[in-house]
Amino acid sequence: MKLLLVLPLIIPLTAAGLSLLVWRSRVAQRAVGLIGMAALFVVAVLLLSAVMKHGICATQVGDWPAPFGITLVADTFSALMVLLAATIGLAVTVYSVGAMDPQRESFGYYPLLCVLLMGVCGAFLTGDLFNLYVWFEVMLIASFVLLVLGGERPQMEGAIKYVTLNLVSSAILLSAVGIVYGLTGTLNMADLAGRLRQIEMEDAGQGSFVTAVAMMFLVAFGIKAAAFPLFFWLPASYHTPPAAVSAVFAGLLTKVGVYGLIRVFTLLFVHDIGFTHGLIALIGCVTMVTGVLGAAAQNEFRRILSFHIVSQIGYMILALGMFTGAALAGAVFFIMHNIIAKSCLFLVSGVAHRIRGTYELSRLGGLYRDYPFLAVLFFIPAMALAGIPPLSGFFAKLAIIKAGLDIQEYVLVATALLVGILTLFSMTKIWAEAFWKSAPQEVDHQPATTAPRAAGYDRATRIMLIPVIFLAAMTVLAGVGAEPLLGLFSRAADELLDTTRYIRVVLEVRS
Amino acid sequence: MNLVLAVVVGGLYAAGLYLMARRSVVKLIIGLCLIGHASNLLIFVSGGLTRGRPPLIRPGAETLTAPYADPLPQALILTAIVIGFGVLAFAMVLIHKVYVAVGSDDLDQMKSTDA
Repeated sequence: MKLLLVLPLIIPLTAAGLSLLVWRSRVAQRAVGLIGMAALFVVAVLLLSAVMKHGICATQVGDWPAPFGITLVADTFSALMVLLAATIGLAVTVYSVGAMDPQRESFGYYPLLCVLLMGVCGAFLTGDLFNLYVWFEVMLIASFVLLVLGGERPQMEGAIKYVTLNLVSSAILLSAVGIVYGLTGTLNMADLAGRLRQIEMEDAGQGSFVTAVAMMFLVAFGIKAAAFPLFFWLPASYHTPPAAVSAVFAGLLTKVGVYGLIRVFTLLFVHDIGFTHGLIALIGCVTMVTGVLGAAAQNEFRRILSFHIVSQIGYMILALGMFTGAALAGAVFFIMHNIIAKSCLFLVSGVAHRIRGTYELSRLGGLYRDYPFLAVLFFIPAMALAGIPPLSGFFAKLAIIKAGLDIQEYVLVATALLVGILTLFSMTKIWAEAFWKSAPQEVDHQPATTAPRAAGYDRATRIMLIPVIFLAAMTVLAGVGAEPLLGLFSRAADELLDTTRYIRVVLEVRS
Repeated sequence: MNLVLAVVVGGLYAAGLYLMARRSVVKLIIGLCLIGHASNLLIFVSGGLTRGRPPLIRPGAETLTAPYADPLPQALILTAIVIGFGVLAFAMVLIHKVYVAVGSDDLDQMKSTDA
């Protein structure tokens, strides 16, 4: 049990270390990366099943009793997130074997991917606020290097914004952590939850101070999650690295910010729900609308997808703002659906780029005629994203909208539905431009040298298609099996809302 | 002492934000650096300042007697400084590479990837 909580951190670290040792051999690095990610996936499955069986698990690192040491905790939500991270890690690593250029591979692509996964898993599993900050930094520094690896000019320009805004948000997070420590004298999240309640009960004046700190957390995690109004770094940078890197960023990084928001605003700051969660719901709404309108104005494959990340983050934040069990279950469902579908779409964009040598919609075209199978693989996650039944996105949105109707937030529900239509519009735009219309006859059109213009997939492209098929199949399965999945997500939401169990497990556990 | 440090922290934040609002990339990085320092100092102050009371358990006693200087904020700051150093080293290399790629240190010249 204890081992299962530590292994999601140790496995990526070991894989990263080993692949550094075999620096000179790209083949060996690939093998180590693949084995590491596969092992991480297996451990994540075991962790989730253990949490399902025994309830919330916790362990004290270094045997220091809570609240003095660092605690690792896995409730259903954390375990699910670790599993999703491992899934995307594995899918992207397989994809990279086919897609990544030798230059990037030989400059530490696989070790960086492993470190990134370690940071993501650490953030999901930690039960300590300062430790959460440290894992965020681990994840960020790996993502910085992955983003600029290759050193092309657009990457550099995107990286400046990405690095700056993320460092600012880290500084805000660090300051907030410091103030919380000054206020309560503890950093263990379970312990903090109790102390904060105590402070609010003793002194009403301190309550507003706690709200101020809560707003600092909202800003810090909001920047990392790319919520309105500080999301500009995302569409400026996510379309610049290779598609595999974009896919892992799109799938995981912003969701770690959302995870932070959900964790902090269910466990710690629930003293003034009317204000804090009302504000969160409002931010969610504005994020949705801005993101989807931004996407409608774009004409490049990955830029449209990048703006849609922002829009989808809005749904998750909106559901957190509604703050009911059903809404949180919907949020968890939506996160799961979005991680899989969004990564899948980015991977498809990479395949299209490999075939046609461009991401510009005006220069793409005719993919449906030449590559019908690829078109199907795009169509499934795209329709899932737009929320067409019976795919995963439909049920995720349905859960959130139902929760909104239950608490009679009709404006929020109407916005969510309207954004759904606009999402469909963007997805149809990509479909019509890249897949449906006939290929443009340009004189200067130069297809990528590695792939001939004629239909048919070469070996590398076939490897790239494996994870795409896998993720698209998961999108369909998540839609078909929505009922049992929703049971799982409701359980995660119950654990989030009923914090007493979490607190009891963390504070009582003796290694 | 608290007041002096509070003013210093505020001044560092202000200076950092001002530098970040400038167009030069170098100033941007210096600004980030200052904001990082401000956060570190903030943790130091918010942990409480206690003079001349090291957190040592006296002979014969079982626990610490308050007031004592809390060592934990300093441990946190140490961690944050190390992380900040690593990130800053990366940022320095990044701005050099950006300068080579773009040929300017003007942030307004780096808008081609914006939507």
